[in-house]
Amino acid sequence: MTTAMLFAGFGGQGILFSGKQMAKSAMYAGKNVSWLPSYGPEMRGGAANCSVIISDEEVGSPLVTSPDVLVAMNLPSYDKFETSVKAGGYLIVDSSLINKKSERTDINVCYIPATALASENHIEGMANVIVLGQLLKLTGLFDYDTFLADMLRGIPESKAALIEKNKKALELGYNYNA
Amino acid sequence: MSEKVLMKGNEAIAEAAIKCGCRYFFGYPITPQTELSEYLAKKMPKVGGLCLQAESEVAAINMTMGAAASGTRVITSSSSPGISLKSEGISYIAGCDLPCVIVNIQRGGPGLGGIQPSQADYYQATRGVGHGDLRLLVFAPSSVQEMAQLTIEAFDLADIYRMPAMILADGALGQMMEPVDFGAIPQRELPAKDWAACGHENKRKKNIVNSLYIDPQELENIVDQRYERYAKIEETEARCEEYLTEDADIVLVSFGITARVCKTAIGAARAEGIKVGMIRPITLWPFPKKAIQTAACSAKAMLSVEMSKGQMIDDVRLAVNGQCPVEFYGRTGGMIPTPDAVLEKIRAMQAQL
Repeated sequence: MTTAMLFAGFGGQGILFSGKQMAKSAMYAGKNVSWLPSYGPEMRGGAANCSVIISDEEVGSPLVTSPDVLVAMNLPSYDKFETSVKAGGYLIVDSSLINKKSERTDINVCYIPATALASENHIEGMANVIVLGQLLKLTGLFDYDTFLADMLRGIPESKAALIEKNKKALELGYNYNA
Repeated sequence: MSEKVLMKGNEAIAEAAIKCGCRYFFGYPITPQTELSEYLAKKMPKVGGLCLQAESEVAAINMTMGAAASGTRVITSSSSPGISLKSEGISYIAGCDLPCVIVNIQRGGPGLGGIQPSQADYYQATRGVGHGDLRLLVFAPSSVQEMAQLTIEAFDLADIYRMPAMILADGALGQMMEPVDFGAIPQRELPAKDWAACGHENKRKKNIVNSLYIDPQELENIVDQRYERYAKIEETEARCEEYLTEDADIVLVSFGITARVCKTAIGAARAEGIKVGMIRPITLWPFPKKAIQTAACSAKAMLSVEMSKGQMIDDVRLAVNGQCPVEFYGRTGGMIPTPDAVLEKIRAMQAQL
């Protein structure tokens, strides 16, 4: 089985981080995996996206053009990639930043006000992890506890304060009923 | 088995260099290669090595030459425009018979071009990276794992043949992350560097590292000797991966990241019943001529797929030598071909068979 994912939004939202967490968990689970970022001026705050492929087979082209899962965290990304999602795939939209509704009926669309949830819960900047929580619930790609453990093992001791925030964000996203 | 780590291709080259004993890096930053020097700037001091950001690419390649002349392992890296700047120094390094590793994480050209992935420096790497009769060993990794493995291979072969080796990758391979297993580093028997200018302490005759020979006969003799080594390399060191070529009517030839796009396209074409396979050159010089010659005997057509306007296709045609038609598909300027577009080309060729 192969799952192609695209994470897209503004630079600074943690788009590349989200993709990296997926890739890491898949690697720990013994899957083949690739992570390909957009690079260049995007790093300075423009549009950012990354392609993640998780597969039981060898990964061919690492560039995802028609994703099984699309995470859209800003309007330009939504407009650019909404039509590219494979039929039967998932589209996860940060509805606090994107006030559009998809007219597609052949995909599963989920609206989660991740950025608003992050500020309400005093974990600003963690909308990306909230979205990851929802993604886990929708797709069942990884076991919740395993994914959480994988994510936390990447946090160095000097940043221990981030552990609770990440836990909270992932839980919020997972438990949100879209 | 050692644990896999998720790394960028640029970082994998850097880590591999450290793991195989390289302690000197000289470079100048350029997208999409910069993570390589960034990684070494952090790591080299911790292992007693030196990572130096030179004032220019020209300075960096000449520092590389100096370090190589002293017999130590040394690496430099850049991206396309920077490699053009280094080309004079690379010719001197080849002319001095010095081993070193030069990394080119290619981007779109010519000129400043762009910063997205490209393979348009194929001619430069395999034909004209500097003036004079010279060759570089050219390795074309296709995954982050190979970025690491072939770096180690490049250091070894450079030492064995006393010549510069190039890792010719691209922005996608440099920037992407994949799991890497460094495992055990294969240990090779390497020749002693008794030619190195590293201080004779009055205990031996002095070694001189030089590329200047005013007497044309002397220079011809030296170049001839070098070409004997090149001939041996062409005989023994060409490497490629053959993928589903056995029954293939159409054989693709593709390297680096493009070969992975082709693999995806081949999977889709096979599902439609089209007999298609691929030869993926792992060394671009020496070019795997024999494998391509053999494939051309049974294939009905061949297709070179590149991120350029068609450069490797010249080597494919030379190897095929008219035995079957050779077609081309490519994108350039930083565009990565899509598997769908390659599949479309395969279908069109199948229809012509």
